[in-house]
Amino acid sequence: MSTAADPKTPLTNRAGLTVKEYGGSKSTLCVGCGHDVITRQITQALYEMSIPPYKVAKMSGIGCSSKTTAYFADRGHGFNAVHGRMPAVATGAMMVNPSLLAVGVSGDGDTASIGAGQFVHLLRRNVPMVYIVENNGVYGLTKGQFSATADAGSKLKTGVVNDLPAIDLCAIAIELGCGYVARSFSGDMKQLLGLLKGAMAYRGTSLLDVISPCVTFNNHESSTKSYKWAKEHEIPIQEIGFVPYYEEIFVDYDPGTTQDVELHDGSHIRLKKLRADYDATDKGLAMALLQEAQQKIEFLTGLIYVEPSKKDFLQLSNIGPEPIVSLPEEKLRPSPAALDEMMASLT
Amino acid sequence: MSTAVLDERHAAPASGALVVNDFSIHVATANGSGSQSSNTILMRAIFQMGIPVSGKNLFPSNIQGLPTWFTIRASKEGFIARRRDVGVLICMNPETAQEDVRTVAPGAAVIYEESLKLDASRQDVHFYPVPFQKLVLELVQDGKLRRLAVNMIYVGVAAWLLGIEMAEIEKALAKQFKNKAAAVDINMKAIRGGLDWAEKNLTKKDPFRLERMNQTEGKIIIEGNAATAIGCLMGGVQFLSWYPITPSSSLAEAVIDYGARYRLDPDTGKPSVAIVQAEDELAALGMVLGASWAGARAMTTTSGPGISLMAEFTGLGYYAEIPAVIVDVQRVGPSTGLPTRTMQGDITSTYYLSHGDANHILLLPGSVAECYSMAIDAFDLAERLQTPVFLMSDLDLGMNNWMADPFPYPDRPLDRGKVLRTREEIEAHIARFKEFARYRDVDGDGVPYRTLPGFVDMPAATFFTRGSGHTERATYSERPDEYKNNMDRLARKFETAKKYVPRPVVSGTGSSIGIIDYGSSDFAVEEARILLSRQGIPTDSLRLRALPFTPETSAFVADHERVYVVDQNRDGQMYDLIRLEVGSDAIKLRSIRHYDGFPLDAETVIEGIRAGEKS
Repeated sequence: MSTAADPKTPLTNRAGLTVKEYGGSKSTLCVGCGHDVITRQITQALYEMSIPPYKVAKMSGIGCSSKTTAYFADRGHGFNAVHGRMPAVATGAMMVNPSLLAVGVSGDGDTASIGAGQFVHLLRRNVPMVYIVENNGVYGLTKGQFSATADAGSKLKTGVVNDLPAIDLCAIAIELGCGYVARSFSGDMKQLLGLLKGAMAYRGTSLLDVISPCVTFNNHESSTKSYKWAKEHEIPIQEIGFVPYYEEIFVDYDPGTTQDVELHDGSHIRLKKLRADYDATDKGLAMALLQEAQQKIEFLTGLIYVEPSKKDFLQLSNIGPEPIVSLPEEKLRPSPAALDEMMASLT
Repeated sequence: MSTAVLDERHAAPASGALVVNDFSIHVATANGSGSQSSNTILMRAIFQMGIPVSGKNLFPSNIQGLPTWFTIRASKEGFIARRRDVGVLICMNPETAQEDVRTVAPGAAVIYEESLKLDASRQDVHFYPVPFQKLVLELVQDGKLRRLAVNMIYVGVAAWLLGIEMAEIEKALAKQFKNKAAAVDINMKAIRGGLDWAEKNLTKKDPFRLERMNQTEGKIIIEGNAATAIGCLMGGVQFLSWYPITPSSSLAEAVIDYGARYRLDPDTGKPSVAIVQAEDELAALGMVLGASWAGARAMTTTSGPGISLMAEFTGLGYYAEIPAVIVDVQRVGPSTGLPTRTMQGDITSTYYLSHGDANHILLLPGSVAECYSMAIDAFDLAERLQTPVFLMSDLDLGMNNWMADPFPYPDRPLDRGKVLRTREEIEAHIARFKEFARYRDVDGDGVPYRTLPGFVDMPAATFFTRGSGHTERATYSERPDEYKNNMDRLARKFETAKKYVPRPVVSGTGSSIGIIDYGSSDFAVEEARILLSRQGIPTDSLRLRALPFTPETSAFVADHERVYVVDQNRDGQMYDLIRLEVGSDAIKLRSIRHYDGFPLDAETVIEGIRAGEKS
């Protein structure tokens, strides 16, 4: 980030843009919706990372959360797909143009129910994209039915109790080999910003499961997805610091209290441990942590698991660095000699 | 299997008269017994003798054990549709042997495994018992290879019986086993063993004979799916996503195989087409829309059940105006239906696929040559009109072997449609039309301009793609006038499509009887027309090559007294659409429907027309 000498001049980033130039259209969500807070952090993260907004591909499915991609980076293209199917659309786009930064925003209904199949295969393939789940345990647009991430025993305002266990998206993601798995809370803006920046620098699918209370349908006493509950129960496992690749690292750190994770582009994630002996690169520990949280009904947040160098789907598919979408026509149509050869093999 | 109906052409020949190059060979085996190689060698050897030939695999949805049949039709007149009556039957499957013998035409030749003792079952056919199991013990030392090699013995017996030249069999064998000496040797020994045994032990009694012609020089033999795949690669496909389903899997696999050889970037050695095997058909089309939105020529290939699953994304592609090419290799539905049998069953459902108002461009290839050319057309149309385009092949066309001329090199560059790729193009557009509005009809043809994500850093050129109601500027809207404006433009765009789709092929000389057909029906219809004409019933024909209809269809119906519409489905799906199209002329239409899962044959068409003409 550059700083301006003249205080009247707005701050600009390395791309020469102000944070305003990362904005989008006005939100139409309910006043106080957790999703709007997340939108602001996405905007801020894109700005701080100096990502050219026209390179941002905003992907979403259907639901309150999926509307939010219209609320940031309107200098980039957006694609609001069908319910639960954003992973497929993003996969197609990224396979032919990996120079884009895909930022996907989904919800718990969109991801854990109707889109569960596509979510699973997105993770399995490790398609390069940031996948944010704005998780409030409830279907908002259809007026307050439980989703599959609602905790067992939680109660709707109407008195209906959820008897089914919650699907833990982070646990699924780790199981399926996702190399960047984080949980956060829309009320914890600093942590969320750090996690988003790490996710944007990460190569592969990064999953952010962000508890984002629904102020209209799921913010009452007996809900485990309310602001009050989340604030009272949140236990961050680290403080998240992010050092972009272009900044020199000169601050020493104590490996006993801080874990440093270097990403493929030379960026570093600095995790100041709040939980002694937790190693975010240890898959076994990560699964155990999630299991423990589930049993104790704890709300643990932070970078739960990270595998810094993992092949993404394009590398696995032998796709070259030049976007296929940029290839000229002569590379897309075999020569007359090639067609002759094909025909000759069929005589 | 086949019924014992014979048309006039195929009445049992007078004693001593030969039937040369004009009959079907029907091979009955069990699935997974390795007969495919033997059958291909038989077919290719006949083809190499210059005799027009076609091969059809009537197979079960099964990996091993269930009955399967392969039909080779030799036709000096070049007829390559299915022929209903069987001239030569090769009976290798004990399970179906009795039934197979019962259904051949009188006068047929039946080669069978001696121990099946079939010769008592009919008096009016020529039986040739062969001790296949005994022979294979003598001819093949390796016990593991015997199950496959036994099929080569019937190739030898058939060669003796029909006069297939051994040199051509050897050539076909070498091609089949890609010149692998060991495999060629073992199989050639079995073939020769069969031939020698037949020569010594059998006496020819039937009239069927193959004689060298010069009608296949320079021709190719290809399955429709491979032809479509080559068309897609020549048409510049950049992204393919697919989910395995019979009968379309071999199309995707052909794109993979040919693509690995002919679509590598010479500078980097990396593929210029990205291929993803999707988790289901919903994802397959979703990926296509994502790739296409990003600017790539993108396609998927599927069959009926996949089309059903793609309904929602098809609606999005239509409404958000994203190009896509979807190949539907149709099979028998509804539901799982008969997965390995053929049908033109998805015409109406695909034409209107999606909830809400929607209609789509359907291309209707009638040959392997059109599988190739229409695959190229499909990409041009999809990008020119910014909408999903369906290439409606079927199992008969897609998975069977067809003779054709080599495919010509495309005579025009790729038509990428109204896409603004560069800053200069966008600036010129804005200078001309004041602004870039994604869904505004600035040219009056209903087709708007689009930009691509990540290409140009210009805030004025970005837009938000959505399946919800939108304004001309692609912003969210629920306003009635804006919704209607958009839907009316889409209807206008569909009118524009009529200018670009392949026109029907009309032929005839002023008969009062017209025939309308489409797709793989054409071979049977053309054969039927020739035979009807010989019987004093001349006909005209119009072969549809696309939907929406172009004016030729109404004009054709207007010009004829009676028009027979040939459908390979129970409900007369195209007949219904034509009824809607031609208004009061619908009274002239009659429907011929074939829907038993087997490819259409000329006799069915002839019977339909003769019955109609009598009434």
